[in-house]
Amino acid sequence: MTFIHFFILIPILTAFFIPLIGKLAPKLHLGWPALFVPVILFGFFTAQIPAISAGETISGSVVWMQALDLYFSVYLDGLSLIFTLLITGIGSLVVLYSTFYLSKERESLSHFYAYLLLFMGAMLGVVLSDNLMVLYLFWELTSISSFLLIAFWFRRKKSRYGAQKSFLITVSGGISMLVGFIMLQVMSGTNSIQEIIAMRDSLQEHELFVPALILILLGAFTKSAQFPFHIWLPDAMEAPTPVSAYLHSATMVKAGLFLVARFTPVFGGEATWFWLVSGVGIFTMFWGSFSAVKQKDLKALLAYSTISQLGLIMSLFGLGSAALQGGASTESIIYTKAIFVALFHLVNHSTFKGALFMVVGIVDHEVGTRDIRKLGGLISLMPVTFTLAVISSFSMAGLPPFNGFLSKEMFFTAALNANNLTIFSMETWGLLFPIIAWVGSIFTFAYSMIIVFRTFLGPYRRERLEKTPHEAPIGMLISPIILCVLIILLFFMPNQLSHYLLSPAMNSILPTYQNTEGLIPKISAWHGFNLELFMTAGVVVFGAFLMKTFRFWNFVYDLFPEHRSIDRGYQWVLAKSESGSKRATDLYMTGFLRHYLYYIYGFLLLLVGGTLWLTGSIVIDPSDDVPVSLYEGIIVAVMAAAAIGILFTKSRLTATLLNGVLGYSIAVFFVLFRAPDLALTQLVVETVTTVLFLLCFYHLPEWSKEERSVKVRLPKMIISIGMGALTVLLALSVQGNKMFESISSYFEDSYELAGGRNIVNAILGDFRAFDTMLEVVVLFIAGIGVYTLIKLKAPKGEDDIERE
Amino acid sequence: METIITLLVGILVSVATYLLLSKNLIRVVLGTAILSHAVHLLLMTMGGLKIGSVPILGDQVETYTDALPQALILTAIVISFAVTAFFLVLVYRTYQSTGTDNLYELKGSKDE
Repeated sequence: MTFIHFFILIPILTAFFIPLIGKLAPKLHLGWPALFVPVILFGFFTAQIPAISAGETISGSVVWMQALDLYFSVYLDGLSLIFTLLITGIGSLVVLYSTFYLSKERESLSHFYAYLLLFMGAMLGVVLSDNLMVLYLFWELTSISSFLLIAFWFRRKKSRYGAQKSFLITVSGGISMLVGFIMLQVMSGTNSIQEIIAMRDSLQEHELFVPALILILLGAFTKSAQFPFHIWLPDAMEAPTPVSAYLHSATMVKAGLFLVARFTPVFGGEATWFWLVSGVGIFTMFWGSFSAVKQKDLKALLAYSTISQLGLIMSLFGLGSAALQGGASTESIIYTKAIFVALFHLVNHSTFKGALFMVVGIVDHEVGTRDIRKLGGLISLMPVTFTLAVISSFSMAGLPPFNGFLSKEMFFTAALNANNLTIFSMETWGLLFPIIAWVGSIFTFAYSMIIVFRTFLGPYRRERLEKTPHEAPIGMLISPIILCVLIILLFFMPNQLSHYLLSPAMNSILPTYQNTEGLIPKISAWHGFNLELFMTAGVVVFGAFLMKTFRFWNFVYDLFPEHRSIDRGYQWVLAKSESGSKRATDLYMTGFLRHYLYYIYGFLLLLVGGTLWLTGSIVIDPSDDVPVSLYEGIIVAVMAAAAIGILFTKSRLTATLLNGVLGYSIAVFFVLFRAPDLALTQLVVETVTTVLFLLCFYHLPEWSKEERSVKVRLPKMIISIGMGALTVLLALSVQGNKMFESISSYFEDSYELAGGRNIVNAILGDFRAFDTMLEVVVLFIAGIGVYTLIKLKAPKGEDDIERE
Repeated sequence: METIITLLVGILVSVATYLLLSKNLIRVVLGTAILSHAVHLLLMTMGGLKIGSVPILGDQVETYTDALPQALILTAIVISFAVTAFFLVLVYRTYQSTGTDNLYELKGSKDE
């Protein structure tokens, strides 16, 4: 156990205590105790920065299930450190913000904070695990906590729909990722990610390499809302805004990016990886920003903007992976810049998007609506919020003096560099990257401006708003203010961030380039009049133009028919699979006992009979049999006749008496077979059973005739004769094969071992005393059942409800 | 002897299965009772029949018959008795509440 194990477990354990605290201190807003956890963890992880930036890594392992190669092993390097700081840092700010956002009186806070802390622990687990299976476990735990948080207002239909949708999509991606992990394990023989990275070269030739790559990417794409799986993220906006800020922009959706970064050393350099990651990423970037512009709901707009930004980072990871093709060299080091930008933008995005979500949350909270068509002119009423909105959205648009400007410019550089690639047939397609990147950025600029101008400027229309807007309380402003300060700080001091956080992460993503000269570029705000700057200028001009003329070109959104969209496809698949499975289930779940018994017996006959047949274990060897005396033969004949007679008798009374004949004959057999205890018990039980049957008959009508048609009787006969034959074959084969020595001689020392001369009694009362005690419990339970069924009557009226 | 008893077990199992597939509830309960008879006999034959003497330790005895199946059967007899009793009361209560002992009529409504 290292301290990192505790860091993962602390939030999860605290999650269990949160409801308890809520009970003990009902006047306390649960946000305050919950706030301790991320703040303390943030402090601890911050303290690790010097060691990690000096090139150290921390790892530890706890045995879980050794035989399955399952170790709860953790690994803290530069890459995971960035994520842990985001998780705990943004987590602290979000919990603080939510303390003022969520009302103590109206909301079920113990659920909220328990889920949130559960998520925090799971997310830390994802980024810190070194074992594939443990990573998968935490991965799905984030999906589950995300599901719970989206459905926090579960009385709303849309919340439930959004939660289900996100869950279905991310979990099916997660399962395909699991299959990919298993393939990786099969290829490498280990579950440890670091060991897999170390043997990277030997894996590439394996035939499972590309399938594993694709399956793992499916997990990453679904989690990080990449096209065409992005459809869940807009619906996930039904969650409370702090959740959207935390899970659905800053952390959970970045788990896919983490996965891609983590596995870049393994898969990077492979053409499929390059094209999938960068291609899907860049298209998602364009599609997200294009779709964001038409949104009317501020949160939906932010959701599409998040999709677009995630696509941007994804494409950068893809482009950077080209540097790993053919080993590290001084020529290809230029492409590693893409990975550097990806990490840089990842941090930047968390700052400005977190702030933006909080700003939108404030607007929603204080104004009562997020609809752009109703909002406007809030600048004079909410000046602080307005300032924060300007800082964060200008940063998103890529304007100086904010951190988004730096990473946006470097993104253009990376896209332009990719144009020079001569591998992966980039000579033909390479030009697409800078073009799509540029066009996407124009839309990004447009929607960033929409957020500021449509919400805070323009005409103020009080009559359209639900309440009179006023500035938010200071508590809600603290978190976005801190983020906005960071936005500006990072613009002026990006190289400090790069030195302490980004460069160790670069070393862990690109181990072959470890500490190579030129791996960490120097970030500067001013780099002369180059193409990137002109591209940014173009973005501003065209973006502003697009926003001004939105009215004239918004018809392009109607060119795609609504009923052909991916979202409709999802709904169609969902509806069809529901109705299809209902039909399939109705087909065999008839509710009639006989049909179910048919399935059970059929399978039994097939499986056991088939096994007997296929393994050739049917051995019939009657040579050891003891001889049959005459009167034994008579009893056997009587029993057979009585049994068959039961089938033909018309009266239930005769049937019960024949059953009695069977029971008493067995008692006689027990005497013959040297089992006096059994004979006695059997006689008593048989008598009582027969009485019980007769007692029951008093209350029931005479039994009706069974169906006499051949169609009903034939399958019944086949199954029952089959079962009889199977039993005979099985029993005879067991006797014929004599594979094991009998263990009964052990019990013949019963006097020495248990102090009893009657061996049967010694077994029951001593050797297997627990068994006998539990048998008494079974009798007792059956007695309670009998008593309850006879005595208990449902209160008047309720019986009808049950039967309906 | 063992083979003959095993064949008898086969007949009992067939009859029991046939009864279990009936639509009358009493027949089903009867089927379970007969099935337990069959299983008891089967267990008994597994240990070998009529070899040795009664498994009670004495002075002049060389071998004992297998005591383990007997212990198992003793447990099984009691349990199957409990189950039969419970089934019978269940049938009684079902008839009281629904007015039928026909399993086909107890299928439940279509849109359940």
